[in-house]
Amino acid sequence: MLNCDAAVVGGGVVGAAIAYGLAELKLDTILIDEGDVAFRAARGNFGLVWVQSKGIGCPPYSSLTRRSADNWPRLAAQVKEVTGVDLAYGRQGGVHLCLGEQEFKERSALMKQLKAETEGHFQFEMLDHRTLSELLPGLGQDVVGGSYSSLDGHANPLFLLRGLHAGFRERAGRALINAPVHRIRPHGGVFDVEAGNETVRAQKLVLAAGLANAKLAPEVGLRVPVHPLRGQILVSEKVRSFLRIPTLHVRQTSEGSVLMGDSHEDVGFDDGTRPDIMVEIARRATRAFPFLRSARIVRAWGALRVMTPDGIPIYDQSASCPGAFCASAHSGITLAATHAFDFPRWIVAGELPPELGAFSARRFDVH
Amino acid sequence: MFTNIGIRDRDFVRVIFEDQEIMVPQGHTVAAVLLAEGIRSCRETPVSGAPRGPYCMMGICFECLVVIDGEPNQQACMRHVREGMSIERQHGVAQIGPDANAAQDPAE
Amino acid sequence: MKSHYQLAIVGAGPAGMAAAAAAAECGATSVVFDEQPAPGGQIYRAVETPAAVDRAILGVDYWRGAELAKTLRDCGVDYVPGATVWQVSPTREIGVTVDGTAMLITADQVIVATGALERPFPVPGWTLPSVMTAGSAQVLLKSAALAADGAVFAGTGPLLYLVAWQYVQAGVAVKAVLDTTPISNYFRATRHLAGALRAPQYLMKGIRLLRGIKKAGVPLIRGVRDLRMRGDDAVSAVEYRRGHDWQRIEADQVFLHQGVVPNVNLSYSIGCRHTWNEAQLCWQATTDSWGESTVEGVAIAGDGAGINGALAAEYQGRIAALGALYRLGTIDADERARRAAPARAALAAERRIRPFLETLYRPPKYFRVPPDDQTVVCRCEEVDVAAIRKAVAVGCVGPNQLKSFSRCGMGPCQGRLCGLTVSELIADFTDLPVSEIGYYRLRPPIKPLLLAELAELQTPAASDR
Ligand SMILES: Cc1cc2nc3c(=O)[nH]c(=O)nc-3n(C[C@H](O)[C@H](O)[C@H](O)COP(=O)(O)OP(=O)(O)OC[C@H]3O[C@@H](n4cnc5c(N)ncnc54)[C@H](O)[C@@H]3O)c2cc1C
Ligand code: FES
Repeated sequence: MLNCDAAVVGGGVVGAAIAYGLAELKLDTILIDEGDVAFRAARGNFGLVWVQSKGIGCPPYSSLTRRSADNWPRLAAQVKEVTGVDLAYGRQGGVHLCLGEQEFKERSALMKQLKAETEGHFQFEMLDHRTLSELLPGLGQDVVGGSYSSLDGHANPLFLLRGLHAGFRERAGRALINAPVHRIRPHGGVFDVEAGNETVRAQKLVLAAGLANAKLAPEVGLRVPVHPLRGQILVSEKVRSFLRIPTLHVRQTSEGSVLMGDSHEDVGFDDGTRPDIMVEIARRATRAFPFLRSARIVRAWGALRVMTPDGIPIYDQSASCPGAFCASAHSGITLAATHAFDFPRWIVAGELPPELGAFSARRFDVH
Repeated sequence: MFTNIGIRDRDFVRVIFEDQEIMVPQGHTVAAVLLAEGIRSCRETPVSGAPRGPYCMMGICFECLVVIDGEPNQQACMRHVREGMSIERQHGVAQIGPDANAAQDPAE
Repeated sequence: MKSHYQLAIVGAGPAGMAAAAAAAECGATSVVFDEQPAPGGQIYRAVETPAAVDRAILGVDYWRGAELAKTLRDCGVDYVPGATVWQVSPTREIGVTVDGTAMLITADQVIVATGALERPFPVPGWTLPSVMTAGSAQVLLKSAALAADGAVFAGTGPLLYLVAWQYVQAGVAVKAVLDTTPISNYFRATRHLAGALRAPQYLMKGIRLLRGIKKAGVPLIRGVRDLRMRGDDAVSAVEYRRGHDWQRIEADQVFLHQGVVPNVNLSYSIGCRHTWNEAQLCWQATTDSWGESTVEGVAIAGDGAGINGALAAEYQGRIAALGALYRLGTIDADERARRAAPARAALAAERRIRPFLETLYRPPKYFRVPPDDQTVVCRCEEVDVAAIRKAVAVGCVGPNQLKSFSRCGMGPCQGRLCGLTVSELIADFTDLPVSEIGYYRLRPPIKPLLLAELAELQTPAASDR
């Protein structure tokens, strides 16, 4: 039996951020994780710290996103200081490229809606092909324009994951690895978490196990209706630095690789690794930047996104088992700063603030 | 240093290695040509700039990357020479597309 | 080339060529893809157009390939050289690039015969130019009649001695052979001598090679247990140690080798189950007695399914093809058994020598799990032992997390040159068996693919199938 103040189930980017933050607040924390296969969603990530278009129709999500994005510089600096890991974070702004007039019009309408819903807090510009070309050299003729927001940025998601884990350990956090959780028993205000061959007894419990949250949540009286959505990403060989500003479908890393994704935040989710999807990604990327035709793909992967029915995160505390929290979000990179700085404070306080009410799974209850 | 141990009759083709014309046997791979010419390192790595040369000669290690007819990251051990082919060493990452560093505002 | 075949074979080495011949005998529509411009695979590379004038250099075994290659050309299957297969899906959609054009075709049955590659040999300085593999020396000999004067050969295994012997035959000076076979292996191997004596031709061949090397006056230094490559812009010397003191040999060319291992990139990317083979110290696909993997309709033949050598590969290719033909309904179970019988008997005989060879040439741990912190493990991303140790210390328990944490295995070779080292290193650091550590999760494309090719890919739905 291992005793601790808080147990976090799930060592992906959501769980690692929360555990990192709890350890910073001096809680004796155990991070419980599966083995080598457990990092899928965190790894299949595009690395965007993305504000534009988040939370359209749900202002609280938009402000949570904004708050996290605003705290990212602090997170990056802190992780660097504590662990030496450079997250390659930059807030150069971000662009959503529009291929064709129709896309441009739709995009423009969405952005206006978001701006209105956030009472002007969200800032953006719709740029035409010429203006955009100055920002993004090598842009293809098919790109009629795009939306630009200075609030967006990007980082290396793999280094983020590594930095959070390293920082957690640096702050005396304990990790229990290769220990899939098979049962959770709440009793007398504590939680006995059976993981691998161990039992962890925790005063507080955070479920951040990605897709496994759906299965684990009912054991502590929570409901987390998440389902997998597969997305694919193509990665090129390293090429000369050409793209300093990330776009939703094409991003260049600090090492020089180009990541190309299908839309993964707000448009056209897909659920396959079929070659026709790879072809679609390649077509879109080479229309956006025609010179990429002569770049080679060295890797491709499909990742399972943790999707809620409405795409908005679920944050809850159990009513029947207070002290048990859950966090399920598919934009774990963008929200990392909130998960690392805010969520742990709320856990310690024992209460989620009222503005988080919009994220409760109770929104899915049929009335 | 690699030397010819008695090659069968083959036709020769002309290739251009970094402005220098060389006659090479038809059927050779680009990597074989470079090694026969005494060129030991064919590229510098994108990560540290370390020199590298062919290692496996069977297409698996990707150490033999060169620029062929202007196209970067070609596996020299898998590409066969052709009349008029241009071959250059590869320095670091693939040099394609615009250069963000060059496009930088000079005032910065 | 058609858009659909009953049988598609990837690889035109002995396994693939034999599979094609068997399929042709029974009349299935088949295609053979191979990256190389001509048939032969690794062992019979360039056998139709050998570069060297002197045929004796390569030894008698080499010429067996000429017959196989001729059959492949004449038997009526579609043979597509210069064809890189970059994907096979579990539903047997095959992505292949020929002459810069990518295509997607389908097949009812697939045989993966992609052979072997040389085991990584991570020693300090192995990334220096002019440090190459023994296999690469042989490729240059076979296909370009090129040999390096005054080279040092270092390592263990039949291929190392074979290539050194071939150099000697060609009259090329070999500076030294540094043999890393641990002396204790000789004692262990004697246990398997009885089996080996039932295949005496292999023992005799080994003895002949070593005698040939020694007779030519090449220093053969045994019991080497430490190696490092020296040089600035390219290798200029090899340093080695048998006991306490380092010795130095000036050399501007070094060939390393410590055995071959299955090339598992394609079979992994298809989703076939693999297990750790402790005797051969490598991952290999799980197959049934007809070579079929755990993915229906996908068989693995030849060295890709475990190292058994070129002759065994031929028999396995035949057996796998008969299994596929049976599944296609082209032949019945009786015919399958009857046609496979001679190949099965020959395969069993071929395998007798393996326990002896595997024990004798088992590379020692200190050359598989590099002890020096600065030794580069991942050549593409330049990740060294120290970086891997650090990643494990922050909780990384397998190759896939390691990839995320350190970029190890993320380069264009897709782990071919670091995968085995990484599995064994993590096992060593965590004190767990390698079988529990696992391997990189690989996905198509398994070879770099130009974005233009992919963007213009013809999918079967779009083609006129
Ligand atoms: C470099 C080297 C040299 C060797 N030399 C000898 C020797 O001299 N004597 C000896 O007894 N044994 C030698 N061996 C071992 C010998 O090669 C094997 O026992 C034998 O070749 C196995 O036959 P195979 O058909 O399974 O594979 P291979 O002969 O290796 O054939 C596999 C074929 O598949 C092709 N291929 C692989 N991947 C793809 C892809 N994705 N798309 C298209 N094509 C693909 C390759 O180009 C190759 O032609 C050598 C091994 C290596 C690695
Ligand atoms: S030398 Fe290894 S890929 Fe060319």
